[in-house]
Amino acid sequence: MSKQPETRITRRFRKLQEEGRPGFITFTTAGDPDLETSVKILDGLAEAGADLIEIGVPFSDPMADGPAIQASSLRAIKGGMSLRKTLAIVADYRKKDDETPIVLMGYYNPIYIYGVDAFLADAKKAGVDGLIVVDLPPEEEGELCLPALDAGINFIYLTAPTTTDARLPRVLEHASGFVYFVSITGITGTRSAVTADVAGHVGRIRAKTDLPVAVGFGIRTPEQAAEIASVADAAVVGSALVDQITANLDDNGKPGPGTVDAVLGLVRSLAEGVHGARKTEKAS
Amino acid sequence: MTKLNTFRSGVDETGHFGIYGGRFVAETLMPLILDVEKAWEEARHDDDFWAEFDYLMKHYVGRPSPLYFAERLTEHFGGAKVYFKRDELNHTGAHKINNTIGQILLARRMGKKRIIAETGAGQHGVATATVCALFGIPCVVYMGETDVERQKPNVFRMRLLGAEIVPVTAGTGTLKDAMNEALRDWVANVEDTFYIIGTAAGPHPYPAMVRDFQCVIGNETREQMQEMEGRLPDTLVAAIGGGSNAIGLFHPFLDDDSVNIIGVEAAGHGIESGEHCASLNGGRPGVLHGNRTYLLQDEDGQIKDGYSISAGLDYPGIGPEHAWLRDIGRVEYVSATDVEALEAFKLCTAKEGIIPALEPCHALAYVGKIAPKLPKDHLIVMNMCGRGDKDIFAVAERFGFEM
Repeated sequence: MSKQPETRITRRFRKLQEEGRPGFITFTTAGDPDLETSVKILDGLAEAGADLIEIGVPFSDPMADGPAIQASSLRAIKGGMSLRKTLAIVADYRKKDDETPIVLMGYYNPIYIYGVDAFLADAKKAGVDGLIVVDLPPEEEGELCLPALDAGINFIYLTAPTTTDARLPRVLEHASGFVYFVSITGITGTRSAVTADVAGHVGRIRAKTDLPVAVGFGIRTPEQAAEIASVADAAVVGSALVDQITANLDDNGKPGPGTVDAVLGLVRSLAEGVHGARKTEKAS
Repeated sequence: MTKLNTFRSGVDETGHFGIYGGRFVAETLMPLILDVEKAWEEARHDDDFWAEFDYLMKHYVGRPSPLYFAERLTEHFGGAKVYFKRDELNHTGAHKINNTIGQILLARRMGKKRIIAETGAGQHGVATATVCALFGIPCVVYMGETDVERQKPNVFRMRLLGAEIVPVTAGTGTLKDAMNEALRDWVANVEDTFYIIGTAAGPHPYPAMVRDFQCVIGNETREQMQEMEGRLPDTLVAAIGGGSNAIGLFHPFLDDDSVNIIGVEAAGHGIESGEHCASLNGGRPGVLHGNRTYLLQDEDGQIKDGYSISAGLDYPGIGPEHAWLRDIGRVEYVSATDVEALEAFKLCTAKEGIIPALEPCHALAYVGKIAPKLPKDHLIVMNMCGRGDKDIFAVAERFGFEM
């Protein structure tokens, strides 16, 4: 295992472990459905029970995402959201909350165009703790992963059901913060995994790393979240929250007055599900 | 120009051409991409694999395609001798079949039971549906919703051939979105599915693999020119969208210093108008669809839609080997507008009795610019990479002819 930058992420997972409970991670897209609403949602997430916040950086061509997150990305871009503005949102958020870890999730091109060194410096300064970049597998680790670790930012790797035991050490070599297990072979928000299968895969990963394992893709209800959280260190919910935003848009694509409450209400019930789940003993 | 020992060593072991190419895909796909690479490494060193490829090229596709001296156009231009490499005479009417034959042989070798593909104008979709019919493998083709509407004859052809067409409404509903959707399908069906990419782009090994299949064009040209003129050509010209027909013609000549090589991008309404798909002349390096290459994009790194009258060139990226060849200066990349391509379309039809696809019309437009200024013993080969049947509706509309 290589460098392990100490961040809000590592501190938060230590705390969760001390408290003996699994974590709940939310995903929403920066600027979706508009800047104001997305910031209001962001401001309420921690209070509603999010232990860690993933902010999606909108990209025009999100290859690994299903229709819900694609549409949220396009709404945000249409409203003028960009990587630079996403960093500004994080910097503003940090004036209010300096504890909750923030992970930016997205695709490489906006970062590449921003410039890797400038981006890492600005992200660190804004208060970003970790990065999930879907289209940067370990084969391209020189692009961003290694520079991010040098800059003191966790680079979180995705593992999938297709990641074999033989390949896992390669993926985990420079993993830091936590490991994100993609519970289905598919795109976000399309289908749900069988908990027993997830438990098996999480076990495979835990046998090869001490990093916490979060599970995402396809978790939609408090019940599912609780089930998954019982076999992992954290559960991630994204598409279901984005669907809640979509459901509150009027015919002109403007958010209705109840949007923020509706999203945070769902966050609250999902968080209760996760936090009510008993954590099983670690296999190791 | 950087002087290398060879320009043909291809891709390095990490899948890059210089800084271009690579494997920028999600982890779910990565193990599969590595499988494809391994299978391709084995296949390309297997004589039996190539023997079957060659057999199908000859007896099914109809290769070698002729190298044709375009005498009347040569007279018209009044300078260099213009030859056409006639890949429009291939079965299915374009160079696309060279690649789909190669890839389906690999898919079968890997034991895959289902084929997916993306298509813009429908030529690659038709070529894929064709080989799927030939090999009895189910085929799903992703096609932007607007293209489904614009390219009805090809949609019908694909359906006749047994393919399922999935109209893509996500994003902007164009070729790049069709490619996103095909990648999403692949992520969800990794075990049994093979993705036949239509051009020399995508994650490694696709750019090098597609090039190797298309090199049949350049290898034949080399031999045929030797027979007809007893020497190498002086200038090669080909149209570039993703760039597979061009790299197929160019690659076997990259190490011949005397051969001048020119790729022609689609300038649409003109590069300065912003409505074009000239990634090299009007874009900058970025990462999309598994590779780093030149892309049309805005200052925030969001991908822009390309525009061209030729749907086959209408892609916001370009194969990574072309990006590399541009940067090191071995190949010159220029552009031609819609209007210039349409003029070339008329000229070729009138003077040679060949109705060309709009893609090679861009190349011919550029030939028309340089040929008159070159000496009469100068040999130009232009890749006539597709025939124009699919384009007659678009052209009729431009010429105000009621169909």
